[in-house]
Amino acid sequence: MASLDAPRIVSSRRDLADSFTLNRYLETGGYVALKKALGMFPEAVAAEVDAASLLGRGGAGFPAGRKWSMLRRSAISYLVVNGDESEPATFKDHYLVERDPHQLVEGVIIAAYALQVNQAFIFLRGEFALGLERVQQALNEAYAHGALGPKIFGSDFSLDIVVHPGAGAYICGEETSLLEALEGKRGFPRIKPPFFPAVTGLYGEPTVVNNVETMSNLPWIINHGGAAFAALGAGRSTGTRLFALAGKVKNPGVYELEMAKNTFRDLIFDPALGGGLAEGRSLKAFVPGGVSAPWFGPDQLDTPLGQDEVGALGSMLGSGSVVVLDDTSCVVRAAWRITKFFSRESCGQCTPCREGSGWIERIMYRLEHGGGRMEDLDLVLDLCDNIAPGLSWPPQQTTICVLGPSIPSSVHSALTMFRDDFVAHVNHGGCPHD
Amino acid sequence: MSHFRADIRQRAEELVALYPRKRSAMLPLLHLAQENDGYLSDEGIAEVAALTGTTAADVRGTAAFYDMFHLEPVGKYVVGVCTNIACLLAGGEEMLEHASRTLGCAPGATSADGLFTLEESECLADCNIAPCVQVNHRYVRTTTPEAFDQLVEDLRAGRLDHDVPSHGTLIRVKRQGGLKVPAEDIAAERSAAIAARSARAEAAAAAAAQESK
Repeated sequence: MASLDAPRIVSSRRDLADSFTLNRYLETGGYVALKKALGMFPEAVAAEVDAASLLGRGGAGFPAGRKWSMLRRSAISYLVVNGDESEPATFKDHYLVERDPHQLVEGVIIAAYALQVNQAFIFLRGEFALGLERVQQALNEAYAHGALGPKIFGSDFSLDIVVHPGAGAYICGEETSLLEALEGKRGFPRIKPPFFPAVTGLYGEPTVVNNVETMSNLPWIINHGGAAFAALGAGRSTGTRLFALAGKVKNPGVYELEMAKNTFRDLIFDPALGGGLAEGRSLKAFVPGGVSAPWFGPDQLDTPLGQDEVGALGSMLGSGSVVVLDDTSCVVRAAWRITKFFSRESCGQCTPCREGSGWIERIMYRLEHGGGRMEDLDLVLDLCDNIAPGLSWPPQQTTICVLGPSIPSSVHSALTMFRDDFVAHVNHGGCPHD
Repeated sequence: MSHFRADIRQRAEELVALYPRKRSAMLPLLHLAQENDGYLSDEGIAEVAALTGTTAADVRGTAAFYDMFHLEPVGKYVVGVCTNIACLLAGGEEMLEHASRTLGCAPGATSADGLFTLEESECLADCNIAPCVQVNHRYVRTTTPEAFDQLVEDLRAGRLDHDVPSHGTLIRVKRQGGLKVPAEDIAAERSAAIAARSARAEAAAAAAAQESK
C-alpha cells in the first residue's frame, strides 16, 4: 500500500481554484516564512536548508545547501531559478509556476536573503505563456505587498526579481546554457571546468542556479525547520517530491509523495495515484526519471522512489518523471522518438552528440519504418558506445554537457531488454504493431 | 523612427533597463518583435540589434537557435502538436496527421489562407492531458480529432481571441513595481551585510577556538 500520510509541502494548494492569487496565498500561510527568515541571520536561514538536506529537484540531485555553501566563501552576485522544464514527460514545474507562483516567489526571496543577493532571475521556458503571466503577476503583487523590492517588510534587505522567458530550446535547462541564454546568446553549454556557476556564472560572476521545485520547498522548510523536512523520507532522499506520471496509466498526473517511502508500483498502481493500467493491459517497461534515464522493467517495480535506491539499480530518479509503456507499446518506436528528440535538441557544439544522435535516429527510424538490417542492432550499440564509452551508468562523457551521454539510455535499454522486438522488426520489414 | 508600435517600443525599453547588460534582453525583445510583426522581420531584427547594442547578423544568429522564433512569416495561429514520448503513447502522431489533414498543410507549413502554421512540437510539459496541443503557446487541451476540429472552427470564427491571443508569449506579461533604489545604495547595503557576516563568522570562530582551549 502506498504511504500517503506525509504532508503536502509544495502542492498544499492544489485543490484551490484561485491558488495563484496573493489573497489566497496569504490566507493559506503565505509570506509568513519570509517574515520569519528576515528575522534570522542569513547564515541561519542557509543552515536550515542544509539541515533539511534538500536535494536539488532539477534532475542532478545535488544538495542545495552544499551548492550554497560553495558560495558563502565569496560574495554571490546573482540567484537564477531554472524553470526551463523541458525533459520529456516532466511537468511538475509547469504545475508549480501556474498553480502556486507565490510559493515560488517566496522561496526565491528566502534564498536570495540567505545568499545576500539583491538581483534574482526566474528563467521560464517560453512555451509557458500562462506560467510567465502568473509569475509576473505574483511578482507585481509581491512588490505591492512589500514582500519584494526595497526594504522588504521594513528590513534592511532589498531584492529585485526579473522573469526571463526562454524561447524553445531543451538545452537551456542545462545551467550554463541557461546562463548563456540569459546573457542574450545562443544556448551553448559552457566548457567545464569550472564546473559550477558558483565560480563563473552570469556575466562571469558567482551565481547560484536552483530549480523551481527546490525553491518552492523553502517556505515550508523555514516554517517547520530543516529537521522536520529531513525527518521525512529516508537516507539521502529527504522530504517529499513531485512525481510526474505519464503514459499508459489510468490517472496520469503530478503527485507529491514522501521520498523513498513509496515504490514505483505504488505510484503506478495505487488507486489514489496512477490507478494502474487499462483493463487487460500489462506493464512492459517504464522510464523512471525522465528520458535521459535508463529504463526499468516489471522486476524493478518494487524499487523505492529514492535517489540512491534508483541509482543503485543503474538508473536515476532524475527529473521525477515516470512514463509507463504497456504490452501494446512499441519499444522501438518509443526509443526512436526519444532519440529524435535528442537529435533535434543537440546544440551542435560536440561531434559525438551532434552527429551521433542523428545517425542513431536514422537507424532507429529504418528499423521502425522498414529497411532495417540485422547488423543495425550492433551498429546502433556501437554508435551509443562512441557517445558514452562503455555504456555504463552513470555514463562516461565525451561532450561538454550531459545531453550527449543521455542519448544512448533509451536505445541501449530497449535493445538490451527487448532484443527480440528489434529482431521482429527486421524480420517483419518494419513495425509489427502497425 | 521606431519600427515597433509605440507601446511595444516602450515595453522594449523597459525590458532593456531591467538587466545589468543590455544584451540580456535579447530573448524577451525577440518575443516582442514577433508580437509586433507576427514573425522576425528585417526591421524588427534591426530594432532589436539597436536596442541590445549588437548587430542584425548577431541577432539573427541568436534567434535561429531557438524554436519559438520565426525568421519567416507564419500563420496568425501557430499550432503545435506534441509527438514526444508521453504523447506518442497517447496517439500524438495520429493527432499530428489529423491536424495536417484538417488544416491542409504539412508540419512546418502554413495553410493556404495564411491563418494556420502547423508544427510538430517537442514535449510541452502537459503530459497528463495527452496528446498535447498548443496554439500560440496556449494549452488548448484538445485530445480528440473532433475536439481539434471544433478548435479550428472556433479559431476561424474568432471565438477564442481571448484565450488564444496572437503572437508574442509576453503579450500579457506586464511588470508593475520593481526595485527603484539606486544601484550604489544596493551595493553599499550589500557590502555592509557581507562585513557583518564576516564579523559574525570571525566571532564564531574565535568563540570556538576559546572553547577548544
